[in-house]
Amino acid sequence: MTWLVVAPILFPLLGAILAALLGRRRVLARGVAVAVCIGMTVSAVALLVQVWNHGMVTMAVGNWAAPFGIVLAADHLSAVLTVITGITGLAVAVYAVADIDRLREARGYHALFLVLLAGVNGAFLTGDLFNLYVWFEVMLIASFGMVALGRTRAELDGAMRYLALNIVATLMFLLAIALLFGSTGTLNLAHLHVIVSSGQAEGAVLAAGLLLAVAFGMKAAVFPLFFWLPASYHTPAFAVSAIFAGLLTKVGVYALIRVFTLVFADQDGFVQTLFWPVAAATMVVGVLGAASQTEIRKILSFHIVSQIGYMLVGLALLTPIAVTAAVFYLIHHIVVKANLFLVAGVIHRYCRTNDLALTGGLVRRAPWLAVLFLVPALSLAGIPPLSGFWAKLLIVQASLDAADLAMAAVALVVGLFTIFSMIKIWNEAFWKAPPDGAVAVTPSRRDLRFLCAPVAMLAVLTICVGLGAGPAFDLAQRASAELLDPRSYARAILGDFMVLTSNEPLGAPR
Amino acid sequence: MSTLILRTATRMLTALLLLVSVYLLWRGHNEPGGGFVGGLTAAAAFILVAISDGWQAARRSLGIDARLLALIGLGLAAFAGLVAGLLGLPLLTGLWWKQAGLPLGTPLLFDIGVYLAVMGSVLTVAFAIEREV
Repeated sequence: MTWLVVAPILFPLLGAILAALLGRRRVLARGVAVAVCIGMTVSAVALLVQVWNHGMVTMAVGNWAAPFGIVLAADHLSAVLTVITGITGLAVAVYAVADIDRLREARGYHALFLVLLAGVNGAFLTGDLFNLYVWFEVMLIASFGMVALGRTRAELDGAMRYLALNIVATLMFLLAIALLFGSTGTLNLAHLHVIVSSGQAEGAVLAAGLLLAVAFGMKAAVFPLFFWLPASYHTPAFAVSAIFAGLLTKVGVYALIRVFTLVFADQDGFVQTLFWPVAAATMVVGVLGAASQTEIRKILSFHIVSQIGYMLVGLALLTPIAVTAAVFYLIHHIVVKANLFLVAGVIHRYCRTNDLALTGGLVRRAPWLAVLFLVPALSLAGIPPLSGFWAKLLIVQASLDAADLAMAAVALVVGLFTIFSMIKIWNEAFWKAPPDGAVAVTPSRRDLRFLCAPVAMLAVLTICVGLGAGPAFDLAQRASAELLDPRSYARAILGDFMVLTSNEPLGAPR
Repeated sequence: MSTLILRTATRMLTALLLLVSVYLLWRGHNEPGGGFVGGLTAAAAFILVAISDGWQAARRSLGIDARLLALIGLGLAAFAGLVAGLLGLPLLTGLWWKQAGLPLGTPLLFDIGVYLAVMGSVLTVAFAIEREV
């Protein structure tokens, strides 16, 4: 059973080797990518079921017990995120069949894509800080390869910005790891929790905490470290930017949530004070940035930033319902945002541009596309009964429960602006008559099939999460309960070793 | 840049570098060394051949596509990690097979995989740069 926890990493990793071996046999490589994503999703669902029924699944890699070896661990949050990764990966793998050109495929698109998914799942499943760093590097290398695949001027420009900022973040991460290891002597997250919360470590720990906040914050694109994201996400192929938009920043958010609820759990008020202004500013600045843009993918990129702010409300308030809301938001947002980027790609197919001034009339030319756009767009804006409504409702509810009217107000106003942005895209791309000189092409039937099937799949998913908000909420609540009970997490991973290191009495319940 | 001195020295140095690389790989299990530095050293040997006798000669003496070599290495390493699964042990658990006094096992196989992967990918990069210059 413990192999379930590595399966979501192994599938894409082995698939990447296979896809690279296939090289120029494009059709087979596509098949491998799709098959791997299916396998990954199935194994992730099995993992989630296992976690749901029997609690955390862990594996000590190499049979070296924690905290001496690297441990992989799946709690509800990790498991559900691997499921979402699998589904999003599958959607993008199918979409890529029609979106990624021959040249990019020959340069190894499919292998890079699978390595990226392995990195994302690895980051979600690892229980070791240095191992997390390694998975971040895996993601960085694969994603840099993916943005630079086309080798056009715009793409390389975006790629360099992306790389430069991410390398700075990675270096800070490494520095924080060195500080933590120097002052605690361990890198196992559970063990770090035990040592840091028992007060055995020195002041360097807080410095490391700040460095980690900056490093993960840069990856997650929070205010004021977000500027690399809108500068680079509109340049690569649509399939690439969709997988980036859906997953990469969310790995940063996940890392923030994991580290600040586990390692720095018992630092009085530190986490809340740090993240309250960050969350509010990220929401506001992101949405204002979006209002000033006229290119679809740039608007959507700024909205990623703004939505990240919502997720950080979980850390800013750190109450059970706030963390539940953050987890729910995370799940909802990955699906919806990836979907919107995929739709942007279809719009590009019809108009040869994503500049809103040059698009129009799509509601006539492709009415079903209008529907496919409306579902994720309204969900993002928070219209009931879609998933985004429940996510926003929970955020506002959490703010009100914490008697934090300011945060509730910010969340609501930013929500209004989000509706404004979505209406802007709707009006300009779909509703208005096509402007003079607008290009009007119709993609081939085969392309449309591959482009729209994944869009429809993700749209159905967001409707399902919206209508079945109950089970999704239960899941988020369980995840949040686990996150706010770091001692149980530590006990599940460390087992007997826990007794040796902590100040707990020997008879503590396991 | 092909001088008599360099070419003569290369012949000896290449052999020496390859020997050292295998030694590093071997000693890496318990002491500093391992597949990574071993692979780098082996790649250096072929780059030296390329500098003295040209890139074609280096490719010929490698005898296999560098990319393929890297992938074979990755496959070997992955295989070494997966074997433990057949016995119901966690991923990458070291399994030993002591025969004729030689401690052979999956960690060695993993290291050989790393060796080939590093050597292959460094040479892929080197050959690619040569093509563009």
